Amino acid sequence: MSDWPLLSIVTFLPLLGALFVLSIRGEAAVVARNARNVALLTSVATFLLSLLIWFNFDSSSAEFQMIDQARWLPGYAIAYKMGVDGISLFFVLLSTFLTPLCLLSAWQAVQVRVKEYMIAFLVMETLMIGMFCALDLVVFYSFFEAVLIPMFIIIGVWGGSRRIYAAFKFFLYTLAGSVLMLLAILEMYFDARTTDIQVLMTHAFPATLQPWLWLAFFASFAVKVPMWPVHTWLPDAHVEAPTAGSVILAGVLLKMGGYGFLRFSLPMFPLATHQFAPLVFALSIVAVIYTSLVALVQRDMKKLIAYSSVAHMGFVTLGIFTLQTQGVEGALYQMLSHGVVAGALFLCVGVIYDRLHTREIARYGGLNSRMPVYACIFMLFTLASVGLPGTSGFVGEFLVLLGAFQISSWAALFAAFGLVLGPAYMLYLYRRVIFGKLVHEDLKAILDLSPREIALFAPLVAVVLWMGLYPASFLGPMHASVAKLINDFQLVKTASGAMTGTP
Amino acid sequence: MMELPNLAPALPELLMVAAAIVLLMLGVLRRKTTSGTLSALAIVAMALAALLVAGQSGERTVTFGGMFVIDSFSMFAKLMVLLASIVTLALSHAWLKAESLDSAEYPVLVLFATGAMMMMISANNLIALYLGLELQSLSLYVLAASQRDSARATEAGLKYFVLGSLASGLLLYGASLVYGFAGTTGFDALAAALKGAPPLGAVVGMVFIMAGLSFKISAVPFHMWTPDVYEGAPTPVTAFFAVAPKIAAFCLLMRVLTGPFGGMAAEWRQIIIFVSVASMLLGSFGALLQTNIKRLMAYSAIGHVGYALIGLAAGGPDGVRAVLIYLAIYLAMNIGAFAVILSMREKGRARETVDDLAGLSKTHPLMAAAMAIFMLSMAGIPPMAGFWGKWMVFMVAIDQGLIALSVIGVLTSVVGAVYYLRVIKVMYFDEPVETLDRPGVMPLGLVLGVASLLVLLFNLLPAGLFASASDAAASLFGG
Repeated sequence: MSDWPLLSIVTFLPLLGALFVLSIRGEAAVVARNARNVALLTSVATFLLSLLIWFNFDSSSAEFQMIDQARWLPGYAIAYKMGVDGISLFFVLLSTFLTPLCLLSAWQAVQVRVKEYMIAFLVMETLMIGMFCALDLVVFYSFFEAVLIPMFIIIGVWGGSRRIYAAFKFFLYTLAGSVLMLLAILEMYFDARTTDIQVLMTHAFPATLQPWLWLAFFASFAVKVPMWPVHTWLPDAHVEAPTAGSVILAGVLLKMGGYGFLRFSLPMFPLATHQFAPLVFALSIVAVIYTSLVALVQRDMKKLIAYSSVAHMGFVTLGIFTLQTQGVEGALYQMLSHGVVAGALFLCVGVIYDRLHTREIARYGGLNSRMPVYACIFMLFTLASVGLPGTSGFVGEFLVLLGAFQISSWAALFAAFGLVLGPAYMLYLYRRVIFGKLVHEDLKAILDLSPREIALFAPLVAVVLWMGLYPASFLGPMHASVAKLINDFQLVKTASGAMTGTP
Repeated sequence: MMELPNLAPALPELLMVAAAIVLLMLGVLRRKTTSGTLSALAIVAMALAALLVAGQSGERTVTFGGMFVIDSFSMFAKLMVLLASIVTLALSHAWLKAESLDSAEYPVLVLFATGAMMMMISANNLIALYLGLELQSLSLYVLAASQRDSARATEAGLKYFVLGSLASGLLLYGASLVYGFAGTTGFDALAAALKGAPPLGAVVGMVFIMAGLSFKISAVPFHMWTPDVYEGAPTPVTAFFAVAPKIAAFCLLMRVLTGPFGGMAAEWRQIIIFVSVASMLLGSFGALLQTNIKRLMAYSAIGHVGYALIGLAAGGPDGVRAVLIYLAIYLAMNIGAFAVILSMREKGRARETVDDLAGLSKTHPLMAAAMAIFMLSMAGIPPMAGFWGKWMVFMVAIDQGLIALSVIGVLTSVVGAVYYLRVIKVMYFDEPVETLDRPGVMPLGLVLGVASLLVLLFNLLPAGLFASASDAAASLFGG
């Protein structure tokens, strides 16, 4: 089994499924049913195969594992190369875990162009996994950019009333960020004469070049994360996207930015990272506090969760740029947790949206009497989102704060203030939707979760609790890679400090 | 007795011209020969010419007293031109027949124009350059105005003729200046004469020649004719204009700038950079508000010329190779896009606004998917081939330290993405208003299928194109 190109199989299996779905012909209803089944089957198979990556993963090693490579462009040192380490492993799993749930959530909600919908999601899955596994900058960039295409289609075709505006904004914001990264990649190629990520990580880029390269990558990742002030595409995209689109957007696409910082900015441009860390700190703290306040006044549920995502991702960037083991591990953990929790919250919104076709908070209230199971699940994810101990959200936030305290107690103080605002808007949302009197007539006939929806939430609940109660099973595989990342960083920092004579 | 020059290197061109004359006679004398037969014969002639070109060794050979040269570069360029002409001619026939424009002259003119393009590509002397360019231009002027009863087409043809003659005049004037100051018209002799510090008159002459050629590749500031001619000319003619003549003129420009004017790179580079930036800016912003898809493609072409010029600005064999790869990819995606545009008709009438594509993904899913692939490729989004074209030109630009040019390039490509995405939006997000007619399967299906697969799956096998473009570029530098 070990000599199988497991990563490439996991990456391209969904694409194969998409081709299969494409070939389905016949009556509309039959096509829709078969497309759903084939897509779900493919994504579940992909998830099971991706578990093999986890089982075969050697937690004690900080190196890239399960490397597949093939020649690609002979004249250039550009090759097809895939591999995972402790940083990318769980992002791959997150992608394969969320995709079947997305497909399942759209079982009834999506009735038009079902076949195309399933194809879009399967293609997206291939692109996401490929991006996290890529060990060559050109391969990475291709996947990174190509993700825009299915998401653009998903928002634009199955989205809400302002879907076209949102789809364009999403596409152009992210494209504008990434084209600058493209130029930086070319510059890196001429400096290092290769685009192999493993080699680039050990390549010392000139100190004068690093800030420019760092800024070019930052332009791309900051938009993806998204960091304040380039976050404005996210609320629009979230509000207009269909439920499953929001889940993938919040669950995986936002993580591409954080992953990029960890994979490229930190190890490849350590001097510039050190130099710009205060800038990221400032932007992160603004994001945490400002977007929390903005979330507090939202009337639209999805918009509220979207803003809360920006705040949570502020924690992530804060953690990454503490440049401490705890901070970075916390950021990674927070990303995974947010991927699951934000995804789950969007699914929760999707459940009542499917019933009432409105996302306006004021249109709900008193759901606890009609939908007890739903209220219970929604409660769990709300608490996980605000970081209640025992849920996944707590571990990440705690570690990030721990890291931040060692760097700057002021930053930690402000970030902790964000922790107070988090419960404020989330619990406020929960109270308005679930508690109170049932005043709206149409809510009286609302049905609780169907078995399909319970099946949808069960794995999410399990993962949230597992991540909260026994974080070691996730932190273990991460640790070696993160420790190496920080260690290498410190070495370069000390070396350059010794050279210039500044501490 | 005069000795006959070695005709072997020019065999494909001779075949083209002979075929054009025979077809012309056939069309005039045997009235009942249908235009379909003539088109088919023209395609056969071009395919034969392509085979002859492909059979050449790629070794640099000159003939006609040094006026005519063949090398790997000319092979690569001629194959692109022939391919473009064959496919556009094959696609044209159905459209022209539906509009009752299927005159016997159409395939003949395409043959003449294509033969002339091949002569341009092989020109090794300012006189040969002018001859090739004029034969091509004259054929194109007539093609542009071939829809005689349409005021719009006549206007387009006239505009093209007047502006084109002006450009030819500029070029001829520049050539005479260069001759006056360098004392020769042969490219090899010019290259030797203009080494070191060239006389000012030769620099001025070169600028005029560049102006004339910029007109042919529709680079800003000599682009004004492009949107009007693209819109006014019958769509098959537009499709033809968009690819083959551009590639030929671009290759000619590369040969002229790297060959005879190779020693003046410092002078022409500034001009190319300016023209490139101006073309990218105008191409991307100009297209934003276009509603006619042919006009949109015109601005898109202007923008693409700007990107390809980045490679030329970087110069050297790598720069030329980048441009050749860009042109080859441009060929595939442009032909594909025009294949879709050519098949846009509703109840038998040709349609040409972007909004006519509304809901195409529902009514013609495969055609919409192919068009989406071409649009994304033009926007330079990976994994489409267009990404590699942009990658190559930006790569050489970064290598040569042209950072500002590259930054402007990538930012305008984001602006450009807006209108390419708009086409996708219309096809996928909007509801169909009127259903377009179902086009005939052949040759449209074949062209669309092959072009879209090439563009989509380019990632799998890029090495072949890269290698042959490398050879072609190296041969231009005596490698």
